[in-house]
Amino acid sequence: MTGPADTAGPEARPAGGLSPEALAQARELVALYPEPRSALVPLCHLVQAEHGWLTPQAMVEVADLIGVTPAEVLGTASFYDMLHTEPVGKYVIGVCTNIACLLNGGIELLEHAEERLGTRAGATTADNLFTLEEVECIALCDKAPCLTVNWRFFGPLTHDGFDALVEDLAAGRLEGEVPRHGILNRVRREGGLRVAREEVLAERAASDQALEQRKAAREAVEKREQAQQGQGGKQGGKGSA
Amino acid sequence: MPDDETLTMVLDGRPVPARKGEKIIAAAERAGTYIPRFCYHPRMRPVGMCRMCLVEVKGPRGFSLQPACFMDAADGMEVVTTSDKVKKAQDGILEFLLVNHPLDCPVCDKGGECPLQDQTMTWGPGESRLVEEKVHFAKPIWISSLVALDRERCIQCDRCTRFATEVAGEALINFISRGDHLEVNTFPELPFDSYFSGNTVQICPVGALTATPYRFKARPWDLEQCESTCTSCAVGCRVAVQSSSDRVIRYLGVDSDPVNHGWLCDKGRFDFEANNSEDRVIHPLLRKDQELQEVTWSRALAAAAQGLRRALDRYGPSGVGVIGGARLTNEDAYAWAKLAKSVLRTDSVDAQLGDGLPAEVVLGLPRATIDQACSARALVLLAPDLHEELPILHLRLRQAVLDGGLPVVELAPAASGLSHLARVSLPYRPGEAADLVQQVLSPHRARSAGPSAPTDADAAARQARERARQLLGLDQGGRGEGVVVVLGRPSLAEPADSIAAAAAALAQALPEARFLPALRRANVHGALDMGLAPGLLPGRVTLEEGRDWFTRGWGTLPDSRGQETAGMLAAAAEGRMGALVLLGADPLADFPDRRLARRALDGVEFVVAVDAFLNGSSRRADVVLPAAMYAERPGTTTNLEGRITRLGQKVVAPGTCRPDWMIAAELAAALGADLGLESVEEIWDEIERLAPSHAGITRVLLASRSSRDGLLAPLPRVPVRIQPGVGRPGGGPAVHPGTTDTGVGATQGVPAPIDPMATPGIGSAERHGVPNVAGAPEDWSTEEEREAWEGPDREARAEEARRQEDVASRPSPLTYSGPTVAPDVPRVDGYGLRLVTGRVLYDQGTLVQACPSLAPLAPGPRLRVNRYDLDRLGRAPGDRVRVVTPGASLVLEAVVDPGIPRGSAALAFNLEGEGAADLIDATKPVTDVRLETI
Repeated sequence: MTGPADTAGPEARPAGGLSPEALAQARELVALYPEPRSALVPLCHLVQAEHGWLTPQAMVEVADLIGVTPAEVLGTASFYDMLHTEPVGKYVIGVCTNIACLLNGGIELLEHAEERLGTRAGATTADNLFTLEEVECIALCDKAPCLTVNWRFFGPLTHDGFDALVEDLAAGRLEGEVPRHGILNRVRREGGLRVAREEVLAERAASDQALEQRKAAREAVEKREQAQQGQGGKQGGKGSA
Repeated sequence: MPDDETLTMVLDGRPVPARKGEKIIAAAERAGTYIPRFCYHPRMRPVGMCRMCLVEVKGPRGFSLQPACFMDAADGMEVVTTSDKVKKAQDGILEFLLVNHPLDCPVCDKGGECPLQDQTMTWGPGESRLVEEKVHFAKPIWISSLVALDRERCIQCDRCTRFATEVAGEALINFISRGDHLEVNTFPELPFDSYFSGNTVQICPVGALTATPYRFKARPWDLEQCESTCTSCAVGCRVAVQSSSDRVIRYLGVDSDPVNHGWLCDKGRFDFEANNSEDRVIHPLLRKDQELQEVTWSRALAAAAQGLRRALDRYGPSGVGVIGGARLTNEDAYAWAKLAKSVLRTDSVDAQLGDGLPAEVVLGLPRATIDQACSARALVLLAPDLHEELPILHLRLRQAVLDGGLPVVELAPAASGLSHLARVSLPYRPGEAADLVQQVLSPHRARSAGPSAPTDADAAARQARERARQLLGLDQGGRGEGVVVVLGRPSLAEPADSIAAAAAALAQALPEARFLPALRRANVHGALDMGLAPGLLPGRVTLEEGRDWFTRGWGTLPDSRGQETAGMLAAAAEGRMGALVLLGADPLADFPDRRLARRALDGVEFVVAVDAFLNGSSRRADVVLPAAMYAERPGTTTNLEGRITRLGQKVVAPGTCRPDWMIAAELAAALGADLGLESVEEIWDEIERLAPSHAGITRVLLASRSSRDGLLAPLPRVPVRIQPGVGRPGGGPAVHPGTTDTGVGATQGVPAPIDPMATPGIGSAERHGVPNVAGAPEDWSTEEEREAWEGPDREARAEEARRQEDVASRPSPLTYSGPTVAPDVPRVDGYGLRLVTGRVLYDQGTLVQACPSLAPLAPGPRLRVNRYDLDRLGRAPGDRVRVVTPGASLVLEAVVDPGIPRGSAALAFNLEGEGAADLIDATKPVTDVRLETI
């Protein structure tokens, strides 16, 4: 039931999947982990960097890459607020309404943002430019009330400051500072394994062996204790011959 | 078992024994203390999700609340289950669980058998303090065509999702989102299409998951139930048959440690719809003026007898053939075998339809149980795709691989549901199984045979064979100790002889290896046991070996060995057959060569069909005698291990349907003979008396509580070491009754009462019929009731003492050593593809098609080929191609399947329209097809 990967060729792949570059990067990510499924969350970020959100098709491809079902990918992705399983705008604005911001006008800022953008928190503007969210503490309490735009911090913000920020974003004046949604960083670090794969495998094998040895030692101790107990039992006349 | 009970835990102040690794909740349950639970299920790994089982456990810092389902019992561990603190915790958890639960019990199917309802009443607070609006979801949503999900009722216990992931290995449902919005759901447009989806409905502790066939059909307090054995396939799962107003309405899986662990496949679970089908034949039919018309039994029987007698007069005994019998109970099969072999004196009797293995192979090889297969040192799979044919055996083996590291060596013409778990996969081309086995067994001979230069693929294949040799212990001079071979017919388009030769070669090289026959049809094993096969008599003896014994018992016997189904059909096609009796058989659909079956039905003079439905073949019969179905008659059945279990009768057969044994007896009477069989009990007594392999398996022994999981025939005399089953409800014994030389084994084998929270709905239904459903009740209302439960056990022990006597005087059961060399198979030419065809769970079979919920699930016919072969043809996946053999051609959609080796093409058997059966020629060992573009 799983893994329809080979039945559909690349030509049959609908839009929303991984690009060849992303696919190559994804394979590198998968290779980093002893268990392929450990790469699930990094892969979700990779997909988001490509599409801004997790398209169903990309989730299916991620599932194939790490040998799980699409439902498992969706299950994990939907757990995390930073992973979007619905389409979002180019900029995701998260206004904090936790205690420090609340006391400094966070709620009012959110209400103003709703009014300014003409959309409710949790929704996207008609021009697909902004998605507004109410978020929990983003650890910028010293600059309350604060918000993030695509995980870049801004604060403290007045209502006018917010309007100016939105205008700058819409006009593309902050392109350098705030990339489109999904991109965590634009500096692509050297991916892949930096040490030879054999070394990693040897290290893992050594660690497995150490675990085995410890287990064997523990079992030997247990066996000895049991034997002693058994002897005690025998002396007590309860031994099983 | 001294190493099992090593711990003593202090439970509510009293010392209680526990096993190492056992959870507190299980040890407490065995000791009679029930701890409430939702997420805990004895057959799945604990998650500690619901917190309902919180108990106080003493640690270094005094007592603290711990989940009893998640914590191992330890020596001297102090556990308190009744303190105020525990009570408060239970109150709190239930209050939490009910925060978002809609409390729509009056319209909920689960109401009345609901663990949430029951445990709230028993352990919960009377009232909720929360008045806030509950979370709302669209209700219900269909997560598959069989299962509906009401997310509002869900309490997020993780049972269904764990089942799908852990047990079925098809994680198509999962928790989505988080916190208050947590829901179980599928991936969009990827429904929960699993053969095991019904189990999630069974274990759901609330009414969140419901199944189409049962939704809004009954209330639990209207249900009656009896315990029985599922006969949808040959695994023989334990099942509780539940009825309302004399209609079968639901099956629930009963936990049987050696067999099904409480699970059922969806086909087995939902095929009761066939019982209630409008299309059933409920009165005898007789052909008059070219049409089948309803007549009385006496007229139908007289007509049948007349037709059979005419065939006997004209062609002699060999001119009458009996085909089929897998649907029958053991008693039915025995009566029909006696009728055929002693009254009609024909030996042309075959319970298989040319789609199995020779009866001698099935019965004559050393036998393994499912448990032995699961705990084998190495398992050889030479069988059809178990996921499709024997789903619960697939589940058991899958679990054995994942939990126990069972090493599997698969020999298969196409990838199966277990291929990805196999340690070594050795593909072979249909017809060449025996060659492959020879190559594995004696590599040196094989190496010298290849004159051409070895390629990379050859090297890889050789390496795989070497790994297989290692796993089988051949290089270490092993004799196959602990090796189990699951043996079946991987493809219907390859000769059975080739598989038989492979099996014989394995048995010869590995004399200690055991075999588990992967037979598909219900009671085909029982039918073969009872002699519904050419050359055999009841009790697994050959005609010659048993001739004296059965001449004394039966009077007359056939003079010589008869034909198998293929031979009978060939004879009928050539006009050498006077009459055919179809015992629930549909050769037009089930025999691999449909053209031959058609010619046979055209060529034979007279056809009697004994069936519950009119199928393609019985529609052409001269007389149709309506038979009672599953759950409509008592008896016993035998699973593929040779395990004999009882069938329960829960409802009355409709119309004038009769059990098959009765039809045999009446037909014998109409032929002027007396079978001497007047009740099911009488038949079983005769089987026990005459059938050598069934010696000692008395009715009393079968009815004893310790035989709830059935008895293996013949009762073993050699001790069999069995790995303890995992998570037996209530922590049962490690050794099963009937699998040790202690015979009854009653002292170890009394099953524990079933956990009502593991299978909600079993405990609450009223019990009728076969009494030992779901373990013993905890309290006896009357002394008679107690006697009804415990009496048979006492009698069985007394009987066991008398058992040993007459076995020596009986004929000895057959053994198979067979030719180890397979018939020659032509090489496939460069343009041809060799056909692989196996069955799928939902096909165009009569039973599936009679079930409204299952019939639409049958897939359409598609030719599956390797991408290489499709590319070579210049076609893309999804294109239609013409599939041509020398005698037939049909047009099919071609799809790419990486599990099909190059040079082969797979087409599932018995799907809609023309198919594999139209391509296969029974006179040829294999079927090679050519693909043509259109």
